[in-house]
Amino acid sequence: MSDDLRDLYQEVILDHGRHPRNRRVIEDANHHARGENPLCGDKLTVFLKVGPDGVITDVSFDGQGCAISTASASLMTEVMVGKTEKQAEALFEGFHALATGGEPALSEEFEDDMDRLQVLAGVRDYPVRVKCATLAWHTLEAALKDKQKATTE
Amino acid sequence: MIITRTEADLDIQRIRADFPILGNSTRGGRPLVYLDSAASAQKPRAVIDAESSVYETQYANIHRGLYDLSERATLAYEEGRRTVQRFLKAKHAHEIIFTRNATESINLVAASYGRRFLQPGDEIVITGLEHHSNIVPWQLLREERGVVLKVAPVSDNGEVPLEAITGLFGPRTRLVAVAHMSNVLGTILPVAEIIRAAHAVGAKVLVDGAQAVSHLPVDVEALDVDFYAFSAHKIYGPTGLGVLYGKETLLNAMPPYQGGGDMIQSVRFERSTWAPLPQKFEAGTPAIAQVTALAAAIDYVNALGLDRIAAHENALLSYATERLLAIPGLRIVGTVPGKAAVLSFILEDAHPHDIAQILDHEGVAVRAGHHCAQPLMERFEVPATARASFAVYNTRADVDALAAAVGKVKELFGR
Repeated sequence: MSDDLRDLYQEVILDHGRHPRNRRVIEDANHHARGENPLCGDKLTVFLKVGPDGVITDVSFDGQGCAISTASASLMTEVMVGKTEKQAEALFEGFHALATGGEPALSEEFEDDMDRLQVLAGVRDYPVRVKCATLAWHTLEAALKDKQKATTE
Repeated sequence: MIITRTEADLDIQRIRADFPILGNSTRGGRPLVYLDSAASAQKPRAVIDAESSVYETQYANIHRGLYDLSERATLAYEEGRRTVQRFLKAKHAHEIIFTRNATESINLVAASYGRRFLQPGDEIVITGLEHHSNIVPWQLLREERGVVLKVAPVSDNGEVPLEAITGLFGPRTRLVAVAHMSNVLGTILPVAEIIRAAHAVGAKVLVDGAQAVSHLPVDVEALDVDFYAFSAHKIYGPTGLGVLYGKETLLNAMPPYQGGGDMIQSVRFERSTWAPLPQKFEAGTPAIAQVTALAAAIDYVNALGLDRIAAHENALLSYATERLLAIPGLRIVGTVPGKAAVLSFILEDAHPHDIAQILDHEGVAVRAGHHCAQPLMERFEVPATARASFAVYNTRADVDALAAAVGKVKELFGR
């Protein structure tokens, strides 16, 4: 297997792709949105429970997708728990920059999270796959803003 | 063996040399294995040269200039129309309308024929395997005119039996719009029987031939089809050009699709009158050079012989089917006997996008996704498929590369 392909499909991605964390429905979610990538037809729903203090207490997703989109959704649910809505926004911006090849301008408090997400940086060399990696994130953002639908277009 | 004989008959290596792009390598330095001709076919040198030659020797706008160059450009354009007429075996050259692509050809019929002749409650019958381009124009018409859309179901092997279509016929059936060949399943629909049955209940028939024309001979007169649509780029021709065949009487009865230059007889602010066929449906400057390039593509296909091309592709399809089915966990979507040149598959372990990505790294270009046929994906309960499709320039070595690359996918994703 060539090295650049291994950059894209790192073990962490393959693992989260095969065994996604938090792929379930949160019945009493207070935010949710449906995301769709019109290019490939992949669909997923993101569920959120946000406490009265604005802290995310639970995140999940439901739906089928490729290894990249599933792994990205899975990792996202892990890093988002315990974040405030404002922190979630900042992390969204940081991840978007990471995936598209921009410079994530994030404070040190997110250093560990960004380290974990670094495995997805390989998509920046594949413009079509950037949308796979960012679908769950766009959907989470839509859910936080109480938009019902997100799209990567 | 048949495979060896047809390859020898057509001399595939010589044919491959006609396609400059096949000499290029992919990003990993591997030779290009192009298995996405159902999305768009590559172009032989003859087509590339025909198009550039128009610009180099006889280019001017058509149907208006009184100078030699414009006259020659007009003659070449109209000669291209006659080439398409002969290719489809149409009675008249003016039954050939040039459009942007097959999609626009279908939209033309929906907008012009549909708005003029279909009433609220009239029924249009399509099938479950249609490309979005033969679904959405009718939905737009449904919203505007209140027509009813009926969908013939697809069986588990990817077939649409004649009875599935005729079973939907009723007193309000006015139009039947079906693909000649499925872009996902490779299924060939029994269009001759469909047309006969539709005419028996007084309905008109549109056939979407986008996939079929590069694999099957088409005779619109023998079929007695009312409308037949295809795109130039899928038959080794240029992009930006499509064809609509329509019966003269129907086209004459239909209002223009778009207004503009070239489609009028006279224009006054009070009232304008339309040009006769085919100009009535060709508003604005058309794809002048591309028409000549399409004629070159048709000449190229005719010289090889569609029957021989199909025999070669079908041999590859059988070989590829055999090779892929030997891979554990692989399922082929669309298994109807007599299908053509398209092989959709899914793997237990990997999503089609991941398959296509890894195949790309091996130099193998396939399409992954819903193939503009989302209802069909839902029918087969898959989010997407990977699709290999075959053309005259493909070889058994291409199939071997495909099978080896799918093996790499298994290596990476297999548990």
